[in-house]
Amino acid sequence: MSSLTTAGPAKAKGQGVRRSDLLPYLGSKLVAALVSFMVTLVIGFVIFSLMPADPVRTLTRGRPTSEAQLVQVRLQLGLDDPIWQRFLTFVGNTLKGELGYSWQFQQSVSSLVLDRLGPTLLLMGTAAALSIALGLWLGIRSGWRHGSLFDRIASSSSLMLWSVPTFWLGMILLIAFSVGIGPIPSLLPAGGMSDPSLPQEGWAHIVDVAKHLVLPCLTMVLVVFAQYVTVMRSSIIDEMGSPYLLTARAKGLTDDAVRRRHAVPNALLPSVTMIFMHLGILVSGAITVESVYSWPGLGYLTYEALRIPDLPLLQGTFIVFSASVIIMNLLADVVYRFLDPRVRAQ
Amino acid sequence: MSALDTPAGLDVPRHHAFSRFCRAFAKRPAGLAGLGLLVAFGVLALAAPLFIGDDQLNVIKVDGPQLSPPVDGYPLGTDQAGRSVLLLVIWGARESLSIGLIATALTVVLGSTVGLLAGHYQGWIGKILMHVTDWFIALPSLPLAISLSAVLGQGAASITIAIAVTSWTATARLVRAQTLSVEARPFIERAKVLGAGNTQIMIRHVLPNVMPLILVSSTLTVASAILSEATLTFLGLGDPTSVTWGSMLQAAFLGGAVTAGAWWYLMPPGIAILIVVLGFTLVGRAVEHVLNPRMVGR
Repeated sequence: MSSLTTAGPAKAKGQGVRRSDLLPYLGSKLVAALVSFMVTLVIGFVIFSLMPADPVRTLTRGRPTSEAQLVQVRLQLGLDDPIWQRFLTFVGNTLKGELGYSWQFQQSVSSLVLDRLGPTLLLMGTAAALSIALGLWLGIRSGWRHGSLFDRIASSSSLMLWSVPTFWLGMILLIAFSVGIGPIPSLLPAGGMSDPSLPQEGWAHIVDVAKHLVLPCLTMVLVVFAQYVTVMRSSIIDEMGSPYLLTARAKGLTDDAVRRRHAVPNALLPSVTMIFMHLGILVSGAITVESVYSWPGLGYLTYEALRIPDLPLLQGTFIVFSASVIIMNLLADVVYRFLDPRVRAQ
Repeated sequence: MSALDTPAGLDVPRHHAFSRFCRAFAKRPAGLAGLGLLVAFGVLALAAPLFIGDDQLNVIKVDGPQLSPPVDGYPLGTDQAGRSVLLLVIWGARESLSIGLIATALTVVLGSTVGLLAGHYQGWIGKILMHVTDWFIALPSLPLAISLSAVLGQGAASITIAIAVTSWTATARLVRAQTLSVEARPFIERAKVLGAGNTQIMIRHVLPNVMPLILVSSTLTVASAILSEATLTFLGLGDPTSVTWGSMLQAAFLGGAVTAGAWWYLMPPGIAILIVVLGFTLVGRAVEHVLNPRMVGR
């Protein structure tokens, strides 16, 4: 962060200077993101193309194949080409959006990924919004009065929830609210995204999807919000000793106004960056939660790919997840640039 | 005379520092509670072979009721094969804890090596190493771990490697920062003047100073390694024949324990993971507070 504030020479303040600084900044971030993506492709290539012992054997497993057919498949997959040529083909195909062909679904990986993208975005988006709101609110409250009863309850419950495996919490919620224990009746559907017996459009469909969304979303929020509480709480505590808060108090502002108008905006900056930087946690959450609730998204697709294991499909989901995290980090850098007045002023 | 003096002169302050550390740690009830939980689980895991044999674990030999809620003789109920859930959880502690600890050891060795090298060679080697670290930080860890262990094949070894490959970055950054601050101290310059080579400076002078920090951060690494182990095993990447907390939950999930409402089968392994992870986190935080006075109030 401090490296950002000293990034450009402190010239005169003004729109023109800011704009001319913005483009090189965005450019360098964009280049860094592209390099990250290339590195992801290299890692993906090493894992999925170089490490497996014999892809042809896996592909033709259980089927009677002659030696000539094996040679034919090797030729088709380009396995006898030199490594650099295979890598270039792989990069070219990925950039064209061709992620390979799923062994299990007998369908192109890109079309599978596109089909599953919507549900994952719905689940992750809702869960992220709710957990950020809840986490920041709790973090501000408990940081402002750290050591109080509220703080101790909020901090210890977020510590407990952080220590719980996501998939386990999902199963427990599933038993409690969907299967029902003892007097608790079954309240919510157990899995999937919609009830196939209901019409797949209109108001009834939306209500149905919302009902299916409640439990997976709740599971993700419960596990993820704890991180945000910790981050927000410690950045509020960092701001607590600052002289400008003393000034605000000396002006006669109420405690609430000091917190809301002075402490929170400053403490929010590092937290927002941290939240964007740790979006990988949401991706991990999506994989386990979708597996438990059979939510038809990218995470469940990964789980289905794992059971075979269907390597082209796994490779596709790996690239898509990594690319989305890289894009979110890039967005975080841009948003940060606009949020932080110290950077903006330069 | 002087030969007698030197070891005593070295030992006494170190001994004092250690006992001062222990006294400060003893003042943190949360840390003590965490340590107590961990010791209890460790003893149970080590003593397990004394009272659990093949008769209770082999699905063919057991004779309990199938998927039964807690009854006489089975205080935590039974699984689909009729094994006691209590005994399974105790047995599972062995593998879960050892995978967690081995993965942490690997993580720490990998991370410290990269961090130490990046901090010592500040030229292009250090730059490249830090870039590699940043790239790995940007990658989402679970998809990477899943991909790695899927390609390496099912089993404890591949899970351990996958955890280490996805979690060494935090240690590397920490060790690099600490190495930089140690290398700025005058005694390093003295060692260089006396003719110490790169290896000697890193191993004999920097490493001992970085070690306490590495140990603290590794307590927190164990916590996340145990969680990752459970997650990867649950997703089906573990050794299908062994009993770990993750594999119990996987068996319960695939065997329909959720639909059957078998809460007694699901609760114990999850709570065991919760307790152990919480234990390591509490101990790690307490040690962090003791070593870093600026953390007061956090």
